Amino acid sequence: MAIKSERAWRAKHTPPAQPIHLLQVLGPRALLLVLFVTFALVFSAPALAAHASDSSDTCLACHGDKSMSTKHGGKTVSLFVDGKKFAPSVHGAVGCTGCHADLEGKDFPHGTPAKVKCGSCHSQEQDLYAKSLHGKAAARGDQLAPRCVNCHGNHDIVPVKDKRSAVAPLRIPFVCGTCHQEGTAVMKTRNIDQHDILTNYTESIHGEAVLKKGLTVAATCASCHTAHSILPHTDPNSSIARRNIAATCTKCHGQIEAVHRKIIRGELWEKESNVLPACIDCHQPHKVRSVFYDKGMANADCMRCHANPTLKAKDGRSMLVSEVEVAGSRHAKVACSQCHSEVNVSHNRPCETITKKVDCSKCHEAVGEDYGRSIHGQLTAKNDPVAPGCRDCHGTHGILGKTDPKSTTFPTNIPGLCSKCHLEGKKAALRYTGTQHNIIGNYTESIHGKGLLESGLTVTATCTGCHTAHRILPAKDPASTVNPKNVPATCGKCHNGIEDQFNKSVHSPSVSGTDKELPVCSTCHTAHTISRTDETGFELGVMTTCGKCHGEIAKSYFETYHGKVSRLGYTKAAKCFDCHGSHDIAKISDPRSHLSRDNVVATCRKCHSNATRRFAGYLTHATHHDPKKYPILFYAFWGMTGLLVGTFVVGGVHTLLWLPRAFQMRRELKEAEAKEEAALQAEAEREASNGSSEKDKE
Amino acid sequence: MSSENQERATVSASLDRSSAKHGEEHHGNREFVRFVPLERALHATMVVSFITLAGTGMSLKFSYTPWARVLSRFLGGFQTAGYIHRFAATIMFCVFFTHLVSLVKLKNREYKSWADMILGPNSMLPTLKDGREFVQTMKWFLGKGPRPQYSRWTYWEKFDYFAVFWGIFIIGSTGLTLWFPVLFTRILPGWFINLATIIHSDEALLATGFIFTVHFFNTHLRPEKFPMDVVVFTGQMPLAELKRDKPMEYEELKSKGELHLHMAEPHPEVVVKMIRAFAWVALSLGFSIVIGIIYAMIFAYR
Repeated sequence: MAIKSERAWRAKHTPPAQPIHLLQVLGPRALLLVLFVTFALVFSAPALAAHASDSSDTCLACHGDKSMSTKHGGKTVSLFVDGKKFAPSVHGAVGCTGCHADLEGKDFPHGTPAKVKCGSCHSQEQDLYAKSLHGKAAARGDQLAPRCVNCHGNHDIVPVKDKRSAVAPLRIPFVCGTCHQEGTAVMKTRNIDQHDILTNYTESIHGEAVLKKGLTVAATCASCHTAHSILPHTDPNSSIARRNIAATCTKCHGQIEAVHRKIIRGELWEKESNVLPACIDCHQPHKVRSVFYDKGMANADCMRCHANPTLKAKDGRSMLVSEVEVAGSRHAKVACSQCHSEVNVSHNRPCETITKKVDCSKCHEAVGEDYGRSIHGQLTAKNDPVAPGCRDCHGTHGILGKTDPKSTTFPTNIPGLCSKCHLEGKKAALRYTGTQHNIIGNYTESIHGKGLLESGLTVTATCTGCHTAHRILPAKDPASTVNPKNVPATCGKCHNGIEDQFNKSVHSPSVSGTDKELPVCSTCHTAHTISRTDETGFELGVMTTCGKCHGEIAKSYFETYHGKVSRLGYTKAAKCFDCHGSHDIAKISDPRSHLSRDNVVATCRKCHSNATRRFAGYLTHATHHDPKKYPILFYAFWGMTGLLVGTFVVGGVHTLLWLPRAFQMRRELKEAEAKEEAALQAEAEREASNGSSEKDKE
Repeated sequence: MSSENQERATVSASLDRSSAKHGEEHHGNREFVRFVPLERALHATMVVSFITLAGTGMSLKFSYTPWARVLSRFLGGFQTAGYIHRFAATIMFCVFFTHLVSLVKLKNREYKSWADMILGPNSMLPTLKDGREFVQTMKWFLGKGPRPQYSRWTYWEKFDYFAVFWGIFIIGSTGLTLWFPVLFTRILPGWFINLATIIHSDEALLATGFIFTVHFFNTHLRPEKFPMDVVVFTGQMPLAELKRDKPMEYEELKSKGELHLHMAEPHPEVVVKMIRAFAWVALSLGFSIVIGIIYAMIFAYR
C-alpha cells in the first residue's frame, strides 16, 4: 500500500477529534489569563526579530507576493516566500542573505541565486552527508538523490524537537517514505533489497509506537539509519552493517539481555557479531514486531523447503525437518535461525551462507566451556572423527529436557546412550587403554545399574552422575571427578554421610597425613561393579581388598578362625570391617576407633554377646610364625609339629620294617593253606570211595 | 581293650551252619570271640564320629585349598559343617565315657581291685613284657630272631589305645575351649584361644594322620590279613588266626581249658559282607582325608 501523504495517513488512522469548548477546560478566569499572555506575545514578537528583518523585509517586498513565479526548464516555479513562516524559523534571525549570501547587495531583479550551501554553517552534517549514500548520489548528479532541502524544507525550517519540523520523529517515516515506498522512482529504479518499507514500518512495533501512539522516542528511520550518514548495509561503516546492527539496536534496547538469554550480552553482540545471530536475523528490519515468530525470517521460511521429505543434502542425508518434532522439543520457542545462525536474509535461500555446524555453546555457554575441557571436547578440537559432539548425545531438532522420560539424557536412558560408544567392542571401548572393562555390562549388574534400570530409581548414579555430563575427563586427569583425589567428593554428592565419616577416617589424607597412596571409595567398592555391601560376594571380597595394602595383617587374619571360616564362605564370622569399621576406620590408638580400649569389648559383643575384656584379648591377627611377637604360639606350634613328626617317624619306620615280615607271613600262610587244602581234598576223595556205606548208616 | 571272658563265652549265635560260611579255611567252624558287642559298637561309632570330625575339621584347617571349600559346601556350608563337627564331638565324648564306665563295670565284675586289673595279664597298661616284646619285634623285623609270642594285647595295640586317651584329652579340652570361648576366657587369657586353636588343629592332624596310616596298616591292612582285618567289627576271628597272631593267649586259654568258653558261631555271610562294606567305606574316607592333607601340606601350603 502506498501512502500518499502524512495527512492522508493521519486521516485514516487517527480517530476524529471531539470539539471541546475552551471554557469547558479552563474556566472563565483562566481564559482571561490566556488572553493576556497572548496579547503580550503578539506585541513583543516583532521587536525580537527587528534587527534581522531589515534585509528580509526588502526581499519579502517582492517574494511576499504569492503570485511571484519564474520559468525554470519549462516549468513554472513559485518564488513566493512566506514571511510569516520564515520569521519564526531557525533561520529567521540570519535573514535571507545569511544563506543566499551571493545576493547580498545585488541589484533588483537579481538573477538566479546560487544553490544554498547549508554546509557552510552545518559543516559536520555536510561531511556526513557527503560520505553517505545520498550525498554520493548527489555528487554523481543523481536526480533522485535527496539534498538537505528535500528532507528539511527551506524557509520554514524549525527545530527538530518542534512538532512542526519536517524531520520531527513523527514525520520522519513520511519524509523518508517520500522516496522509500512502493511505486516511487527510487524503489523502481534503485537496487534496494527491502520492499514495502514504509508499509512494513508503519505496521511494525516501532511504527505503531511512533505513528499510532505518538511515542517520539520510538525508533524512526533515522534512529537506525542515522540522519545524515546513511550507508548501505554492505558498507562496514553503516549503522546497519551486520557487525554494527547490535550496537544500533542496543542504543535503545540497552537491557536486551534481560529479555533474551544470557548469551546476548551487549559485549558478545559486539565482539562476536560474526557468529551470533544479528538482531535482524530474527527481528526483520522494518517488520520488527513484538511477536515475530510467525512472520519474517522465521521457521516458516525454512520450512518452505525443509518440510519436503525428499529434500536431500549433497551427501544424501535427508534434510527433512519435522516441525512436530521441533514443536515438541525443548527448543520449540527457538527459531531455526537462532541455532543455524549464519543465515543471511538478503539471500533467496538464507541458509546458503551457512558454513559451520550449529554451535550450541552460543546459548549454552557454561556447558560449552565444560565440554571444551572434557575429553570429548578435546578430541573434537583435534578433529577426531569419533569424538561425540552435542548432538550425538542430545539429538538435533527433537532435543528434550533431561527430566523428560523420552529424552536421551533422561537418567534411565543414559547407560544406553553412553553404551553407543563405550560398550565393549564399540569405538570408545576400543580406543580405551585403562583398567576398566565391560563397563556397561558391569554397571548394569551393579547396585547403581539395578537401582536405575530395574527399580527405575532416577536419582541413582548413572554414568553422568559420577563422570559428569559435559566435563568428562579420564581418571588420571587431576580435574576429573573420578580422579582418586576427587572420588570421595563425587560419591559424597549422594553418599554425603559416608563421605563425612570417610573424611574423618584414617584413610583420609587429612587424617593420616601420609603421602602414600590411600584408598578411596572405588578402591574397595570398585568403579563399575559396585555391589550391595551386604552381599556375600562383597563381604568376603573385602578381606582380600584390604589385603591389597594390608598384606601381612590380612595374611595373619586368614590364619585365625575368623579368616578361615570366612574363606569358606561363612559371612557371619568377623571380617575386617566388622571390627575396624568400614568408612570410619581409625587407628586403634584413636579413642574413636571401634577397637580402642573403651570400645573393643562392645565391638566383640556384636557377635559374642557375653564377651568380656579378657575375651577381647584374643589375638585376631596372631601368627605362629613370629617368635618375637607371639612366642607362646610359636613354640606351641613347633612343639606340636615336633610331636607330630616324631610320632610319624617312629610309626612309619616301625611299619616299614614290618612289611617284609608281613609278606613273609602271608607267603607261609598261603603255603600252609594249600597243604591243608590238598589234605582235605584227599580226605574228601577217600570219603567218596566208601561214601555209599556211610550214607546208609546215616 | 580288655574283654569280659564270661560275656564272650555267652556270645554264641544259633545260626545255620551252612549259611555261616566265612573265610576260606573255616567252613562254618566256630570262631574265637575277641571283642564283645559293646566294644564293637563303640569302635564303629568312634569310626563314624572320628571320620566326621576329621572331615569337617580339615575342611576348616585347610580352608585355603579347593577341596576344603568343595567339602564344606558339600556338608552344607561352613556353619552346618560346624554343627556336624560339634555333634560328632559329642558322640566321641559319649563313646569315651561309655568306655570308662564299662571299665569300671569290668573291674567290679571280674577283678578284685583296680590293681588286680591293671597288673593282670590282660592289662592295657604297658608292662616290662611289652618292652621285651618290642626289642624282640625289632630283632624279628631285622631277621635276627623269631616272631615274639604276643599275648592278648601287643605293644602297638596298647599304643593305639592310649593315643585315643591322649587325643580325647588334648583335642577334646581345646575343642571345648574353642566351642565356648567366652566361658573359658572368664578364667583364661584371650590368647589361650589362639593357643587352643594351634594345639587342637595340630593334634588333630597328628591323630588323623596316624590313625589313617599307621593304625590302618598295623591292624587292618597287614599283608597277612589282606584284604582286611575286620575283627573289631565282627568281634570274632578264626581260632587258627588267634594261634598264629597271639600264640601266648592261645596257649594260656588252652592250658587252662577255657578255650571253649570263648567260641561262638560265625556271623551270617550277609552280616560279614555289610561289615566289610562299612569298613571299606571308612578306609576309603580315611585315605581320602590323608591324601587331602598331603596335598594341602605339600602343594598348597600357605
